[in-house]
Amino acid sequence: MASSLKARGNLLANPSEQLRVLTRTDCIVPFEERMRRAGLDPLYATGITVFQINVGKLCNQTCRHCHVDAGPDRRETMSRETAELCIRALAQTEMAQVDITGGAPELNPNFRWLVEQAKALGRHVIDRCNLSVLLLASQADLAEFLACHEVEVIASLPYFRSAQTDAQRGAGVFEKSILALRTLNQLGYGRQGTRLLLNLVCNPVGAFLPPKQEALEAQFHRSLEREHGVVFNHLYTITNMPISRFLDFLRETDNYEGYMERLVNAFNPAAAAGVMCRYTISVGWNGTLYDCDFNQMLDLPLHSGLPRHIADFDAGLLHQRRIVTCNHCYGCTAGTGSSCGGSIA
Amino acid sequence: METYYHPADLGKFAEMGKGNKELWEKFQNYYAAVFREGALTEREKALIALGVAHAVQCPYCIDAYSQACLEKGSNVEEMTEAVHVACAIRGGASLVHGVQMRNVADKLCM
Repeated sequence: MASSLKARGNLLANPSEQLRVLTRTDCIVPFEERMRRAGLDPLYATGITVFQINVGKLCNQTCRHCHVDAGPDRRETMSRETAELCIRALAQTEMAQVDITGGAPELNPNFRWLVEQAKALGRHVIDRCNLSVLLLASQADLAEFLACHEVEVIASLPYFRSAQTDAQRGAGVFEKSILALRTLNQLGYGRQGTRLLLNLVCNPVGAFLPPKQEALEAQFHRSLEREHGVVFNHLYTITNMPISRFLDFLRETDNYEGYMERLVNAFNPAAAAGVMCRYTISVGWNGTLYDCDFNQMLDLPLHSGLPRHIADFDAGLLHQRRIVTCNHCYGCTAGTGSSCGGSIA
Repeated sequence: METYYHPADLGKFAEMGKGNKELWEKFQNYYAAVFREGALTEREKALIALGVAHAVQCPYCIDAYSQACLEKGSNVEEMTEAVHVACAIRGGASLVHGVQMRNVADKLCM
């Protein structure tokens, strides 16, 4: 299994080095300038409906495109105290959706407590699941737990074939993913007539933009059902963000400038107007607040003057905050756009 | 090394409009309409384009439509088969002319 950038001592493990690369790319118009031309700079939030909690970087996989640089060697994990602060902030607001991510969020010892508390507050809860985690001996009852609490599962599966999936996510991951999907299907996930939502998320396996979401979803439905007996609700396409391990891949394969040019040339003002940071607040494993999970990984906190930690959460100040942007944001505005809920425009 | 083909020239394709804007715009509109989803999907059309690109051996088209095929959801196995289709038609086109050769030879030979 590959190791994290941090374990390899790679310079790109440092967010400031990633930002240095992103801001010194001569071939592209700075993102703020492009947004200004589109009449979208400065960018402001339009309220918060999604409370995204990243509970840590520990993961049982080491995917080549991971923007978190997650892996089995990572130890950053949200404490119970910080998890309690998250629930306290949630209780003060009407944020409808709690989106729990990682790493493999289920490996955090407070994951199930967070789910139970958020559900008790009547919120819709999403688990961003890598699927193979469901096969770990320590997680034997995880699928039943998720079903019991009607947690929406958003599961990563970049392609409906093993070669592409394993190339991105590691040898044998496709086969494990299919086994996990069958387990979820057996519990009712992804089936019509149940309240158990199973959505798939697909990141391109390489330095290119994702296909049209609806077209690819039809291919996934056909292939997974016919060849593996697997059903699901919807497929979300997500553009690979040029940060962390995907940035390392781009540079190692001499694709960085070409990929950035592709993102910039595909800038779509309609997608830019609908980016998910406008309705999301992201909290890191140590309680720091960010505009999105990508800014979190680049260590780009909220604008000065705003609460910086979950302990100081103030919905009034955060609802219409100015959003911090940089050149990586081209990843969310290219083509039909990209968000944790798939394409935008 | 100097070469007739430069990858960066693909990005300058629109400069062809400078010589005749009207014809360029007509071509652009036609091109966009051809590749829009119709009886065939955009993915299928990109695979056909990739095959044709190999048949006409256009490096710009191969570059553009390899990426386009991936971005439409095709995989390398499908793209390879599209190239084989082009190869089979090109090879077959040569071979089928062998019938003309046989016709000429039949006429000339005792």
